[in-house]
Amino acid sequence: MSKRYEIRFSGAGGQGLITAGIILAEAASIIEGKHAVQSQSYGPEARGGASKSEVIISDSPIDYPKATVVDACLAMTQESADKYANGIKKGGVLLIDSDFVKNEPKGDFKVYKMPIMRTAKDVVGREIVANVVALGAMIALTDAVSREAGLQAVLSRVPEAFIELNRKAYAQGFEDMKKILG
Amino acid sequence: MAYDYEKSLRPGKLPHIWCPGCGHGIVMKGLLRAMDTCGLEKNNTALVSGIGCASRLPGYVDMCTLHTAHGRAAAFATGVKMARPEMNVIVMGGDGDGTAIGGNHFIHACRRNIDMTYVIMNNFIYGMTGGQFSPCTPTGDKASTTPYGNPDPTFDISKLAIGAGATFVARTTAFHATQIDKLIAEGIKHKGMAIIEVLDDCPTTYGRRNKFRSVVDMMKRLKDIAVPVTAAGKMTAEQLEGKILTGVLYKEDKPEYCEQYAKVIARAKGAK
Amino acid sequence: MAKKVALMQGNEACAHGAMYAGCTFFGGYPITPSTEVAEVLSNELPKVGGKFIQMEDEIAAMASVLGASLTGAKVLTATSGPGVSLKQELIGYACIAEIPCVIINVMRGGPSTGMPTGPGQSDVQQAKWGTHGDHATIALVPASVQEIFTETVRAFNLAEKYRMPVQVLYDEIVGHMRERIEFPEPGELEIINRTLPTVPPEQYKPYDTSFGDVPPLAAFGSGYRFHVTGLNKAQDGFPTTKAEYVDAEERRQVRKVEGEVARAQIELNEEYLTEDAEVLIFAYGSTSRSARYAVNELRKEGIKAGLFRPLTLWPFPEKRISALGKQVKAIIVPEMNLGQMNLEVERVVKGSCPVISIGRVDGEPLNPGQIIAQVKEVK
Repeated sequence: MSKRYEIRFSGAGGQGLITAGIILAEAASIIEGKHAVQSQSYGPEARGGASKSEVIISDSPIDYPKATVVDACLAMTQESADKYANGIKKGGVLLIDSDFVKNEPKGDFKVYKMPIMRTAKDVVGREIVANVVALGAMIALTDAVSREAGLQAVLSRVPEAFIELNRKAYAQGFEDMKKILG
Repeated sequence: MAYDYEKSLRPGKLPHIWCPGCGHGIVMKGLLRAMDTCGLEKNNTALVSGIGCASRLPGYVDMCTLHTAHGRAAAFATGVKMARPEMNVIVMGGDGDGTAIGGNHFIHACRRNIDMTYVIMNNFIYGMTGGQFSPCTPTGDKASTTPYGNPDPTFDISKLAIGAGATFVARTTAFHATQIDKLIAEGIKHKGMAIIEVLDDCPTTYGRRNKFRSVVDMMKRLKDIAVPVTAAGKMTAEQLEGKILTGVLYKEDKPEYCEQYAKVIARAKGAK
Repeated sequence: MAKKVALMQGNEACAHGAMYAGCTFFGGYPITPSTEVAEVLSNELPKVGGKFIQMEDEIAAMASVLGASLTGAKVLTATSGPGVSLKQELIGYACIAEIPCVIINVMRGGPSTGMPTGPGQSDVQQAKWGTHGDHATIALVPASVQEIFTETVRAFNLAEKYRMPVQVLYDEIVGHMRERIEFPEPGELEIINRTLPTVPPEQYKPYDTSFGDVPPLAAFGSGYRFHVTGLNKAQDGFPTTKAEYVDAEERRQVRKVEGEVARAQIELNEEYLTEDAEVLIFAYGSTSRSARYAVNELRKEGIKAGLFRPLTLWPFPEKRISALGKQVKAIIVPEMNLGQMNLEVERVVKGSCPVISIGRVDGEPLNPGQIIAQVKEVK
């Protein structure tokens, strides 16, 4: 991994993408002891609209806390793909929810497709954990943190009653991406 | 034997700034007697005011006194009371200070029902700045900024206080000097927000513009328009035309703000 | 033992810093992007018997903290641009009546409602001159989540020590971003409390300069009775219009912060690669992070850039900036406003080198690329 690694999670407000970013930043900075900064931008609406959360991970202290050129991007909706799947580094990666992003953004990066919401609903059992499915997939895709650190960070954030659900969601996202990567 | 006011006043701070004939001094004396009646300790009593003639009152009184900014007395007083609930907190101020620039703080202090006593001296005018109309200047009256008569409707301060949630509301006038201290004392003893409205006179900036020939005329008017709330029930609508009700207008027992917050603290510390 | 660490937002760190400093009273009013400070304190303060109150407006919030401070509490309020505009009246009251308090300003764009969720640094001159009348100002400008914690503690210390309002200004970027923070152990950071009177109550005067430029402040309810007013006052606290008293008090209140001894204790700066710098970047808050990034990139290309980063913005680091102005070829001042501190740098260097402003007010962060381009232009 390069010295400074930038990841962007984007989708609709209320999909839990800010939480996904926070979990990744916790995995990197609290569990793995690296430097990490998480930031977000959101519209005035509490739900809906396009929302994004960015995480920068580095081996050394992070000066500029916002994304410059992102190494990896997630887009859960067409609106967020149109708005935020730009500024991806040459050779970077983009993961889209293939059920919702029909107009695939074009650029000098590799696009990966997964039916993320559908996986959460039909395979894991609850749509609400789509963000954790996506997080598992992004960690598998980017190696930004270890699989174990990611899982530990997920589990430390969720209430007791939802631990198994989230463990399943994380594993599903991670495994599905590993299959895509071959 | 004459009542000893000096024991509650700061030495060397008189004469006060009020004009001859102004009723604020009558209210101050009422306050001092009420404090005595209630046995308030000087060290444990905060007297808070805003800006205006009435708001100069705390400077003369030997207590913990806080002369704040225009309209802000109730908000400062809320901070004092919240931080030190064991202190007695009394706010003294005028009608413009309390219901115009300070109107928002006034209604919210009433709504919280925080344990303080707010004596509002309503002389229907901004006196200190030279007689501009206030929210309490009667419609049609003259003020330095209503040379053609006041087009504004007026606030009824007591009704405003009741509507906003104060749990003790009383009214009297500067003429009814002996009632002032009784009502203030009742307000101090009441647990919760007590509003005591004292209709007052400003001969200098209100009286002379509105055909009052003398202070005596103004005092007579205060006497004439006052109807004890206990007597009003037997009077007809015609008889009550142009009158104002005096005495305890409203009293209710409701949870007091600092006590409510003490429960918040208990819950935060783990109580069920 | 390993220190307690967490990933948290700047606003959350501010609230925890306040708790560490011994804050026992918060009065506030909701406003983006500062609201998390209030939310955390509404949860934390009652746990230690402290008080949290959400007031009816920004002015009332400021009034409530001043009332509480006079009873001896360490007090805080937090807001953003529009709220600070409203609070100016009582910031002035706190200055003249000399009431310790800390005001957090999480800066966004402006004027007026501006861009509530976009970052800005446009309140830095307001912090100095926002309230009417001559007065001294202390304003701190942290740039990271960890620093928001420590600077909030320092703000309380300075407010208590100098008996005045202290403002902490940071922008929405650092207020909302999450970083790792290591919590200092109790006792690790110095905590300063206001000086209480040593004289008996009957001899106490609230502005008694025989105890120095910062007179002891008694608490209401502690056995001391005194008068507090927003009018010009004499040493006994009572209003006066006597020219010599008014003049002496006004000058003392400015001197207590801007005098040489006080400045040395209040000013705090960080310099990065300034020894041999040919181009100096003067930057504060989140913009200083862009500047540091830019300095590192420029140094890779052999360009001798350096960074001066004030943590205390007011009083302004006049001496050091004046000296650096004589050393470097140019000073570049990037800020998320249209050149507010640039004016101050210009004033201080008195023409000894060009001072170039990079202003950004579109609600986007000022990025390193803009700074790098500007430095290369002057080289």
